[in-house]
Amino acid sequence: MKILVAVKRVIDYNVQIRVKEDNTGVVTENVKMSTNPPDDNAIEEAVKIKESGKASEVIAVSVGEEKAQETVRKALAVGADRGILIKADGILEPLAVSKLLQKIVEKEKPDLVFMGKQAIDDDCNQTGQMLSALLNWPQATFASKIEIKDKKLEVTREIDEGLETIEINIPAIVTCDLRLNEPRYASLPNIMKAKKKPIEQINASDLGVDTSPRIEQIKVEEPPKRKAGIKVKSVAELVQKLKNEAKVI
Amino acid sequence: MSVLLVAEHNNKELKPFTLNAVTAASQMDRDLHAVIIGNNCGDAAKKLSELPLVKKVIQVEAAHYENFVAENFAPVIVKLAESYSHVVCSANTFGKNLMPRIAASLDTSQVSDIIKVISADTFLRPIYAGNAFATVKSKDPKKCITIRPTSFDPCESSGGSAQIEKVEPSDEFNNTKFVKREEIKSDRPELGTARVVVSGGRGMQSGDNFKLITSVADKLNAAIGASRAAVDAGYISNDHQVGQTGKVVVPDLYIAIGISGAIQHLAGMKESKVIVAINKDGEAPIFSVADYGLEADLFEAVPQFIEELNKLNTIQK
Repeated sequence: MKILVAVKRVIDYNVQIRVKEDNTGVVTENVKMSTNPPDDNAIEEAVKIKESGKASEVIAVSVGEEKAQETVRKALAVGADRGILIKADGILEPLAVSKLLQKIVEKEKPDLVFMGKQAIDDDCNQTGQMLSALLNWPQATFASKIEIKDKKLEVTREIDEGLETIEINIPAIVTCDLRLNEPRYASLPNIMKAKKKPIEQINASDLGVDTSPRIEQIKVEEPPKRKAGIKVKSVAELVQKLKNEAKVI
Repeated sequence: MSVLLVAEHNNKELKPFTLNAVTAASQMDRDLHAVIIGNNCGDAAKKLSELPLVKKVIQVEAAHYENFVAENFAPVIVKLAESYSHVVCSANTFGKNLMPRIAASLDTSQVSDIIKVISADTFLRPIYAGNAFATVKSKDPKKCITIRPTSFDPCESSGGSAQIEKVEPSDEFNNTKFVKREEIKSDRPELGTARVVVSGGRGMQSGDNFKLITSVADKLNAAIGASRAAVDAGYISNDHQVGQTGKVVVPDLYIAIGISGAIQHLAGMKESKVIVAINKDGEAPIFSVADYGLEADLFEAVPQFIEELNKLNTIQK
């Protein structure tokens, strides 16, 4: 079985986001970038499946600028066998990314495609579902548990009401929740080894997909600030304020 | 052209957030139709027809719609979408799972999780976990939009009498089978809709100490929340998590106890009307969003807080 894992390079989750003064976006220059956190869970799960003997190959794919190669390299350092970078500049909407991934799926013919449930930059939560629509494959979104049963997967999904379990036939798409597993850290020897693993580079423009944005970003602003609150000195004062001033208890 | 709203329900009743989604959809175009897809969902369809903002209800029923599998829902909505300019639904796990499957089939770039309708094609949406707000304009001829339910008021729920039209189901998608759903039952108000939320963080130090949170929540008839740190430390189950990767809550009163206020937690609660923070670290970021901050050891302050609430109840009685 072959597993394709899509990974995205995003601003690190610990970085305080700053909006550009001209309101065209957020500051990305000289900002620490990392793998989108749930994409780390996706890679971890694929590598675990390979380690259990149920998969023969794990391929990491990213779409983005040249530097997204670092994100692919990191996936190789935690156990992916080889990488693919689809080079594209500018804003890429999930629809464009899913069309590009569709081309890779058609070429590589994986049995499973994993990715994070959502990217923490644009917070769209679309790519996995869109890819499964384009391929007409089953989709298991927000997965917190995956069990492989012959040519099927049993997947537990995190839903608003609690947990849902579905059974999907392979080939299939799974989008991963942070609770799926605990991603490992890359060891130094594995980081060195990853440098020798191949990363194929493909230009998005060579894949015959129109990636031009369909959504015009008019402006990006700071969210409205909450007005500064006060510090109370005692529990008694807190309760009085909540009762008499805020009138919420 | 008109708007097609995808109703969320449990085959018997509408889910409360459907009313918020109706409000949002009606702001895109007043000509609003709603589709309800399910199995034996006639009662819920009738409820939908009673919403005064809904001009027509489309009801689609089949056994394979019983459990809301997106692979079954998408084809029928894609077909209906021919007659509409917008397809809208809530950005909860139901809509997040479903809408992109519809959008890709319509070759539309979806606009997710909007918090404001500026015009029929322009919307405000949070990005970077609410650390920035983007104003975006969809240039696609058909628009697929998910809305953040807590950012819109629920619509009027009675007085309407829209016509209910039944439509033939589409074929079943055979590669996905529903197995089971384990709903978390509780006597408390649901976290997503509670008027008061009391949350604990890593400062609670153990799962056992969460009893303090439970006691406060009992007094205030509140839902119980938690930070990701508390969930990761195993103090409480993950369905209580408030934040970017958990639930976004907008209660009248949010009480954060022993929560430092990581970016990802703030994203899930900072729109609450009144925020209280109890934390012994006066520099904790939670104080920057708190209306009332108490710098104190929670293990002293919270028992006192419960005592004061008890006194209040006595006075009220």
